[in-house]
Amino acid sequence: MQVSLHVNGTLHTLEVEPRLSLLDALRQNLRLTGTHAGCEHGVCGACTVLIDGEPSRACLMLAVRADGYAIQTIEAIAPAPGELSVLQDAFCETHGLQCGYCTPGMILAGHVLLKQNSSPTREAVVEAISGNLCRCTGYGQIVDAILLAAERLRAGNAAKTGGRP
Amino acid sequence: MSGGAPHFRFVSRKRRVREDRRLVAGHGRFAADLQLEGALHVALITSDHPAARIVGIDAGAALAMPGVMLVLGGAELAAAVDPLMSGPDVPKVRRYPLAVGEARYAGEWVAAVVAQSRSVAEDARELVRIEYAPLPFNLDPEAAYLTDSRPVHAEHGSNVLLDRAFVWGDVDADFAAARHKLAYRVSWGRSSTVPIETFHITARWDAWAQMLDVWASVQMPKYQDQIARALRIPQHNVRVHYDIDVGGSYGVKRGIKHAVLVGHLSRLLNAPVQLIEDRLENMRGGDMQGPDRLFDVELAFADDGRIRAMKMRALDNCGAYAGRAPFQLGKPIGAIVGPYQINSVAYHAISVTTNKAPQEAVRGFGQAPTNYAIETGIEKVAAALGLDRLEVRRRNFITKDQFPYLIPSGTRYDSGDYHAVVDKVLAAADWPGLIAERDGLRKAGLLAGIGLAACLEPGGGNSSFEPLLNPRIDTTTWMESARIVVDATGTVSVTVHTTSSGQGHDTLAATAVGEVLGIDPDEIRVLRPDSIASLASNSPVGSRMAVMLGGAAFHAAGKLKTQLVAIAAHNLGVAAERLVYDGGTVREIDGARRLGWSELITIAHRQHHRLPPGVEPGLAVSHTYQVPTGGALPTADGRVQMYPTHAFEFHVVLVVIDPDIGKPEIRRYVIGHDCGTMINPDIVDGMTLGGIAHGIGAALLEEFAYDGEGQMIAQSFADYLLPSSHEVPEVKIVHHVTPSPYTVFGQKGSGESGYLGAPAAISSAINDATRQLGIGFHKLPMRLSEIGDAIAGAREEAKPSGKAKRK
Repeated sequence: MQVSLHVNGTLHTLEVEPRLSLLDALRQNLRLTGTHAGCEHGVCGACTVLIDGEPSRACLMLAVRADGYAIQTIEAIAPAPGELSVLQDAFCETHGLQCGYCTPGMILAGHVLLKQNSSPTREAVVEAISGNLCRCTGYGQIVDAILLAAERLRAGNAAKTGGRP
Repeated sequence: MSGGAPHFRFVSRKRRVREDRRLVAGHGRFAADLQLEGALHVALITSDHPAARIVGIDAGAALAMPGVMLVLGGAELAAAVDPLMSGPDVPKVRRYPLAVGEARYAGEWVAAVVAQSRSVAEDARELVRIEYAPLPFNLDPEAAYLTDSRPVHAEHGSNVLLDRAFVWGDVDADFAAARHKLAYRVSWGRSSTVPIETFHITARWDAWAQMLDVWASVQMPKYQDQIARALRIPQHNVRVHYDIDVGGSYGVKRGIKHAVLVGHLSRLLNAPVQLIEDRLENMRGGDMQGPDRLFDVELAFADDGRIRAMKMRALDNCGAYAGRAPFQLGKPIGAIVGPYQINSVAYHAISVTTNKAPQEAVRGFGQAPTNYAIETGIEKVAAALGLDRLEVRRRNFITKDQFPYLIPSGTRYDSGDYHAVVDKVLAAADWPGLIAERDGLRKAGLLAGIGLAACLEPGGGNSSFEPLLNPRIDTTTWMESARIVVDATGTVSVTVHTTSSGQGHDTLAATAVGEVLGIDPDEIRVLRPDSIASLASNSPVGSRMAVMLGGAAFHAAGKLKTQLVAIAAHNLGVAAERLVYDGGTVREIDGARRLGWSELITIAHRQHHRLPPGVEPGLAVSHTYQVPTGGALPTADGRVQMYPTHAFEFHVVLVVIDPDIGKPEIRRYVIGHDCGTMINPDIVDGMTLGGIAHGIGAALLEEFAYDGEGQMIAQSFADYLLPSSHEVPEVKIVHHVTPSPYTVFGQKGSGESGYLGAPAAISSAINDATRQLGIGFHKLPMRLSEIGDAIAGAREEAKPSGKAKRK
């Protein structure tokens, strides 16, 4: 059947089997391979995408159900090819990853947290990424990355609005 | 960091890990990202029975489905390929990618369905009828070891894969002379590293080029070699692509049966074939479960707690096939006394087959279970004598002036200062404050315990555990290589000859070359040729790459320097001994003459008339590096040096348990870590933190549990519990640097750090917390339900009414 997927600002009309997951549609049909399959039963979070701005499991959603939503994948986070977002750069600064497989999901979870809370506590960061499993890092440098990005974003915003009420 | 560490310009500095940039942007290149035109897809049919004769496979209905290309059974496959290699000397324990005639564990691959898409292959799988005749099965290693047990492989005649008793030193005399002795049993349950990426592979046979291209999420030494042997083709007809990002491995991504299966299918069907395991295929039959081990230990010790001798029997439940897994009983021989001065050791290593899934290599290659067994003994000695656990460790530690220290099993530990690390950790943990905190929690009605563990991480070893455990193998070489090319414009590239799964090898190679050449590592490109274009190398196993790739890159860069100095000497008319290479320029030590980088490069690439005789034009050097302590065969009584470096770690943990709930919470975690010179501190920290998280899982959460029917019941992430950010506490790492005298920068292997001691430390903490109730835990994982039940039982017992009722 036909589905219209609004992904990273582009509308794609696809002919898919009703049973095709959103994850497979993104990876196979749209070749957006930054979203990864981990457990394919909704536990690990490697397939995290943003659906209308909320972190969601692409493995648990059928592609046809995603029609009409604004979908964002990791590929939409970098501002330009070769240029990192503040959060992505912070992951590089603290080495908040190793193999990189869970990383897109972690970045998206952190991205949403920082949109909603510019000054998260360590506990809030731990909670925000607790639905995303990582086997490499033990989470410490991921938490550090998100806290560093929050700090940098706050400093950046303060500089821009400096002097204003 | 301690004083005395050598000064470096790039090594040991806070520098970004170059691999991270593309991975945070979703621009990794994982094996499943590859979509080849016309690729076919595999779904596996697995055995429902832990042991059964395969009576027949009826694939008629499946083959009638549109898009289904083939249903392959084990008998057909076995006619076309050779058996997979085994580590121990067990030629009759034959293994093929698919079960041949008999399935030996629930989840074993019985048939492969190949179709134009994975979903069609899965649909077709439902239509294949396999008739089984169930056979008796056994999961118990003790039963398997009995001489009258039913062999999992009838032709082999028994379940014993490996049974070797070593005696190093006069163990009997030491036991006879000792004032105290004790014996205990601990068991290490079957868990694994369980990467978030399952095993992924695509193989494409090109009949015109006679080439099998392989893209796999693999971490297997001699992978192309094993594929070629099994498929009966020359090795240079197999091209493994190393520029694939592996989504985590930590030992287990060996994928040899996967490669032989899809390689054969690609050749048979003349199309690319892809196998992307789903989580169920991965958990049940993906060759990724780890050691499953019973330890019976006896210690002989003195009044002051000094341990004189140890007898250890390690019985490992290998599962249904051998593979390399039994060698995991071999690595611990290189650190069989841990960080302690134990005079003599008897070690009985046994590996048996049962009807569980076969084991694969897991982070530490058997060292973490052994460390847990040794550390439990230290605690028992302290308890038996009424001594402080910390003091008993300190008394038994090898002291810093004893290095290099020869242990009974033949390894000479390189360096260390265990007492200094412990002191640093205690200071960082505020030891008196920590004890006060624990005691305060106890006063408040909670169960609280402090856990301690000290252990070693052998790293960078050769393959001498192979001849040690299989006399028919005499390989001792375990090299790694690097090649450096400087092009005609002067830019530098270095090659790495293996895949990586997050260890930062590109950063490592660039840092090592940059350090030697005095060039900013960020200006050095790192490349990964395919297996045919590569120099001899192994893979990132056994905490070896810092030592081995670091060593290869260092020496290759040294050769390049020598070549540049020779060019300068010839052109300046100055003897090479009077010149020095300094950050890209070659200059006179005591004079003004010099030749800069661009001129040296121009001479090398374009000006043959200025090239010294005997120097090849262009600038390309390579170095293949053997383990720095060499590769001698073991002695007849099994003494051998396998690993050159021995990193040390010391864990201090505070655990709290609400007795009404029974769930342990890790309140504090401090680790002291000494892996010599750290090449990239962020990478070392990440490995250590990840290792601790993995150790928490192995201690408390993760278990490939089997039921009474022989079925593995932890098949998904809902049953097999991986620690999330809530289960892993904030960890404080205290560094100490005792450089290794054997390695180029003083570095030691550290890829397994954290994991090697964390399970022992958590066990120690929980036993400290619950000792007052008269209960103890000697089996990992310490299931939450078992902890809760034991606490509840002990409290019930302690109640006056409870006692009265029983009377």
